[in-house]
Amino acid sequence: MTAVRDAVAGILCRPLLRIRNVAKNFGKNKVLRNISLDVAEGEFLTILGESGSGKTTLLRIIAGFESASAGEVWMGDERLDRQPPYRRRVNTVFQHYALFPHLTVEQNVAYGLRVAKRPEAEISSRVAEALEKVKMSVHAKSKPSKISGGQQQRVALARALVNRPRLLLLDEPLSALDANLRRQMQVELKSLQREVGISFIFVTHDQEEAMVMSDRIALLRSGELEQVATPREIYGRPSTAYAAQFIGHTNLLKGEVRAGVSRCGPLTWQTSLPDGPVLFSLRPENVRLGAENTVLSDGVRVRGKVLHQAFHGATELIRVDCGDGLVMVVRTSGSGGALDTVDLEFSAADAVLVRESPERI
Amino acid sequence: MTLPPLLWVTAFLLAPYLLMFCYSFWSVSPTQSIVHSWNLDNYAQLLRVDVYWQTLLRSMWIAARVTVFSLLLGYPLAYFLSFYTEKKKDLLYQLVIIPLWVSYLVRAYAWKTILGSDGVLNTLLQYVHLTKHPLEFLLYSPFAVVLTLTHIYTPFAFLPIYAALEHIPRNLVEASHDLGATPGQTFWKVIFPLSIPGVLAGATFAFVLSLGDFLAPLLLGGPSGIMISNIVVSLFGAAYNWPLGAAISLCMLLLVVSLLFFSERLEKKWSFS
Repeated sequence: MTAVRDAVAGILCRPLLRIRNVAKNFGKNKVLRNISLDVAEGEFLTILGESGSGKTTLLRIIAGFESASAGEVWMGDERLDRQPPYRRRVNTVFQHYALFPHLTVEQNVAYGLRVAKRPEAEISSRVAEALEKVKMSVHAKSKPSKISGGQQQRVALARALVNRPRLLLLDEPLSALDANLRRQMQVELKSLQREVGISFIFVTHDQEEAMVMSDRIALLRSGELEQVATPREIYGRPSTAYAAQFIGHTNLLKGEVRAGVSRCGPLTWQTSLPDGPVLFSLRPENVRLGAENTVLSDGVRVRGKVLHQAFHGATELIRVDCGDGLVMVVRTSGSGGALDTVDLEFSAADAVLVRESPERI
Repeated sequence: MTLPPLLWVTAFLLAPYLLMFCYSFWSVSPTQSIVHSWNLDNYAQLLRVDVYWQTLLRSMWIAARVTVFSLLLGYPLAYFLSFYTEKKKDLLYQLVIIPLWVSYLVRAYAWKTILGSDGVLNTLLQYVHLTKHPLEFLLYSPFAVVLTLTHIYTPFAFLPIYAALEHIPRNLVEASHDLGATPGQTFWKVIFPLSIPGVLAGATFAFVLSLGDFLAPLLLGGPSGIMISNIVVSLFGAAYNWPLGAAISLCMLLLVVSLLFFSERLEKKWSFS
C-alpha cells in the first residue's frame, strides 16, 4: 500500500524540469560547474547572481541557445538538452525583448502560433486574449519601435505566453526599466504567473527583485550554486557567508568555539557547537539598540562607539565600533538623533552559522 | 567654407551635365560641325531608328540578368559569411573584396582566355571529348557579357547584403527559434525581410553599373552583345555625332536616376531601426 502511495506521490510531485550536473566551458573558462536544480510545476524560481556568475548561460542552456559541456536537462520524461530550441516547449522573454521590428505587435504575438500553423481563427482569438492579458490591445497594430520599453516588455511576455509553454524563461526582463515601472512590473509579473500557473525561471542580479517575486531563489556564484531556498530561508538561514552578504545586509562575525563558548572579538555566548573556527551571520535588524536592561534570555550584550549613521527613511543604519576590531551594523526604526556611545544586544539564536565562501576564479 | 565644394560640383558635375543637356538639342551639319540650333531631332531619331531603342532594351535585359545572378551568388555568400563563420569571417570578407582591387581589364581578358575558341574551357571540353568543335557561343555573345559582368559586380551586390545581415540583432534569430520556428521559417520570416534594404541596394548597384558598362561588351560581346554605352562611345568618337550621343546619355541618366529614386523609397519602406 505504502509503496503504491509513494509511487503516486512521486509522479505527482515530480519536478517539471530537472537539471543534472550541468557544466559549461568556454575554452578554458569554466562558466558553469556541476549545476543540479529542480523546478516544480507552477513554481517561480529565480536564478540570482552577479554579472559573470553564469546565470544567463544556464538559462540559455535550458532554452537551447547553448549546449551544455556536461550534464543533462530533463523536462518530464523528455531529454531536453538534445532538442533544438524550436522543439522545446519552453519560451523566453529576452533581456532586450527581441521583438521583430518588421512585424506589428499583433504579428509579433501571433508568430509562434503562425509557425506552428494553427488555424487562423484560433490564432486571432488567442492573440487577442494574450494582448488583453497584458493590457496591450490598443497597440495591436503598432510597430515595436513606436511603443515604450515597458510596453515592449508586455508584448514580449504576451508573445511567449500565447504559446502556452510549460516553462517560461525570463532573462533580466526588467533591467531596462526605470525604478518605478520596475516595481510595478514585479507585482504584475508575479500575479500573471499565479494566474497562468506556468513555471517561471527568472534571471536577475537584483536581490530585492528576487526576494519580492520568487517562490525559491537559486543563488549562483562563479558558476556554482551557492544556495537554493525560499526567500525567507535564504535570508533567515543563509548557508554561506556569500549568500548572507549578497542577500540583504549582514554582520559577519568571525571567531572560534572552545568548550561550549563562542567567542567573536568582544562577544561571547554559550553554544552547543563543537570546537573550532566559526563564522556567523547576524542581520542588522536583529540587533537591538540601547539595551540597558536585558529582555532576552540568550541575549549577548556589547557596548560600542557610533561611527556613522545613515538615515534611510523608515529605518536607520548605524555602524558601531565594538572594539577588538569588530564593527557592527545595526538597523533601527529611527534613533531620533545623533548618538555617541550605545549598548547593543542580540539573541544568540539569531547569529546563524555560515560556511566560509572561498575565493573562486 | 561651403564655397570650394560648391565650385567643384558646379565645375565638374553640373556644368558638364548642362552642356550635355544643351548638346542633346543641337545637331551636326553635313560638314561635321555642331550646329547650335535648338530642335528635338535627336530624340525623334532615338525612337525612330530601331537599333537605338533595341540596344537600350537589350542592355536593360543584360543588366537585369546580371542583377539576378549577382544576387543569387551574393546573397548566399553574404548569408554564409554573416551567420556561419566566426574566426575566419574577416579573412573570407577580404577574399570577397580582393577581386575589386584587380583591374577590370585584367578580369575581362581573363574571361576571354577562358571562353575563346582556343580558350581554357573549349580546350578542356574537347580534351575530355565532350565536344568535337569549339563552342562558338561562349565568347562574343551576350552570354559572355552576362557572365563577365556577373563576376565583376557580384561583390557590389554582396557588400550591402552582408552589411544588412550583420545588422540583424542575433537575439531576433534566437527569439524566432525560441517561438518554435525552424531555421527555414526563421530565414523567410525574420532574416530575409530584415535584409531587404541590403538586397535592394545590391540590386541597384549591380543593375546601374552593368547597364552603363561598355568594356565587357566591347571585349567579349561581339556584334550580338553590343550595349547602349558602346553606341554612345562610338557616337562621341568615330561617328562624331555628339548631339545624338548626348541625347542617349540623357535618357540613360534619367532612367538611372529614377531607378535610384525608387529603390531608395523602397529601402526606406523596408528599414526598421
